[in-house]
Amino acid sequence: MNRRIETHDTMASTSPASARRVGRRHPLATTALLVVGLLATGGAYALATTTATAETTAASAQLIDEGGKLFAANCATCHGMNGQGTAAGPSLIGAGALAVDFQVGTGRMPLSASGPQAEKKPVQFTQDQVDAMAAWVADLAPGPAVPPDRFIAGDGDAANGAELFRINCAMCHNVAGAGGALTQGKWAPGLAGVDPVHIYGAMVTGPQNMPVFSDLNLTPEEKNDIITYLLYVQENPSVGGWDLGSLGPVSEGLFIWIFGLGALVGVTIWLTAKSN
Amino acid sequence: MAEEHGATSGETAGKAVAQQQDHTAPAPAIAVVRTDRIPNPGFPPERLRVTDLDPKKEKQAERTISALFFLSIIGSVLAVVAYIVFPIDELDPSTIRLNNMFLGIGITLGLLGVGIGAVHWSKALMHGHEQVEQRHPTRGSDESRERSVEIFREANAESGFTRRTLVRNSLIGAVVATPIPAIALFRDLAPAEDPVALLKHTMWDTGVRLARDPSGTPIKASEVTIGSAFHVIPEGLAELESHRLEEKAKAAVLLMRLPVDELNEREDRAGWSYDGIVAYSKICTHVGCPVALYEQQTHNLLCPCHQSQFDVANHCAVIFGPAARPLPQLPITVDEEGYLVAKSDFTEPVGPSFWERAL
Repeated sequence: MNRRIETHDTMASTSPASARRVGRRHPLATTALLVVGLLATGGAYALATTTATAETTAASAQLIDEGGKLFAANCATCHGMNGQGTAAGPSLIGAGALAVDFQVGTGRMPLSASGPQAEKKPVQFTQDQVDAMAAWVADLAPGPAVPPDRFIAGDGDAANGAELFRINCAMCHNVAGAGGALTQGKWAPGLAGVDPVHIYGAMVTGPQNMPVFSDLNLTPEEKNDIITYLLYVQENPSVGGWDLGSLGPVSEGLFIWIFGLGALVGVTIWLTAKSN
Repeated sequence: MAEEHGATSGETAGKAVAQQQDHTAPAPAIAVVRTDRIPNPGFPPERLRVTDLDPKKEKQAERTISALFFLSIIGSVLAVVAYIVFPIDELDPSTIRLNNMFLGIGITLGLLGVGIGAVHWSKALMHGHEQVEQRHPTRGSDESRERSVEIFREANAESGFTRRTLVRNSLIGAVVATPIPAIALFRDLAPAEDPVALLKHTMWDTGVRLARDPSGTPIKASEVTIGSAFHVIPEGLAELESHRLEEKAKAAVLLMRLPVDELNEREDRAGWSYDGIVAYSKICTHVGCPVALYEQQTHNLLCPCHQSQFDVANHCAVIFGPAARPLPQLPITVDEEGYLVAKSDFTEPVGPSFWERAL
């Protein structure tokens, strides 16, 4: 397309002049008309395309601008007006859109109170606002971007995902993704009902004390496998029956000590009691 | 007491009991009771059960008990029916749920029906009177005691057990020898090689590349971004034909990258890390659980079994819990292609203490 426009530009200076001089019956009139027509179409197309690009840039700039305003109003107290970080909050330069999508999209940010770790709470912004702030933070410096849908579709290999989950994630998040305790009041949250994009975001960005699992450690396809496994675990009930929250010996031990031993004590009393 | 009773005839036993009873009476010239033994109160008056008094209730109990037994039969049949109706499909694990649940309910009804029915029968309908069974002396009569000694003597004389010493001694030798094969067999359950040497060395060696668990692909230093945690096995472990799990249990390593300014390195371990990348054994020094709960901001490593905590920024020093030693560090560097490699094996045995572990 570009090449065609260039050609027209070079001919445009000569052709209309010759057409005016010798009239419509000139042998070159058809050619001239063709040239003019093509020029008009090409020019209009080029103009339209440029306008479209300018609109996208304008929309993006508007989004970043809107995100900047939201950031200044809601986040800048701790992260600084330019996201450079303060004593109260880390720098967001290079944090990327995905980190914003995870932290704000799960309601962890804005932080309601300082504590061992940020808690998941009702999301404070609409997805459009989250996207705007993500665009603003991504505009500060390059960082992890929101993944394309095919990496969070959850249509991968659940068996491979299960093995990767057991090796990389299960020690903190529990083998069934039920979560677990960490040191000094921190905890690894349960993963049931978490949006796949947030699971992906947590792996890539390593929020708070979670280690980073970059695409060089677990490829996007492997991350999709892990998401597939987590969705499988949620959608398929435990084979062993009532899983008691999948918390392992804690809930199972409590259950058997209270109800199992309780039943044994009850039977013993009934055995030795005299009949009425 | 029984001994005393046994030694005397019935008459003297009666006397002894009479003497005992005398002890409770005040001694001459002493105005207090010598012992404060509580007298036997005997049995409380028998309380009759409703089934003894009311024939209707008796009939009801009878029906209940037989109903329990019938329920048991139904349960047992149900278990067989459930086993056929809800087969386990190997490709669909969810079928195990229904199979196990109905099989379990059936067998439970079958067993509990019999048990509860039998107990209820004995409690509600069977003869309810209390009875006393006196204890009798256990000593045999003198005649039977003499006769049994005589039998031993006769057997000895007839068999020649004490006379034919060669036969007797060879028999004793044979009996003593029979457990020897068992000792040889069970001894072979222990590792054929010296277990101490096995415990002191792992697959890590100079130039062995660090590889991802489970794929076994080697890791480049440039791939380990700050805050990352990699679960690492030695390259070649994934392809091992035998003893793969044993080797993995010793060689498993956690690779982490900390900001260089947050990592405190000891003088003698200065060259053991690479640009903030450190590798530590994943086997807890307490009882050998895999320690992998890494917190990338506090640089704490938590063992899930007994809550031992290690500070990765300070050579995995123990900061909490029952572990006695820091986690062993694997000295690492990079090869000319940029892959992370081990400088040597661990410089101390990994995992929990053992008897021959020199401290």
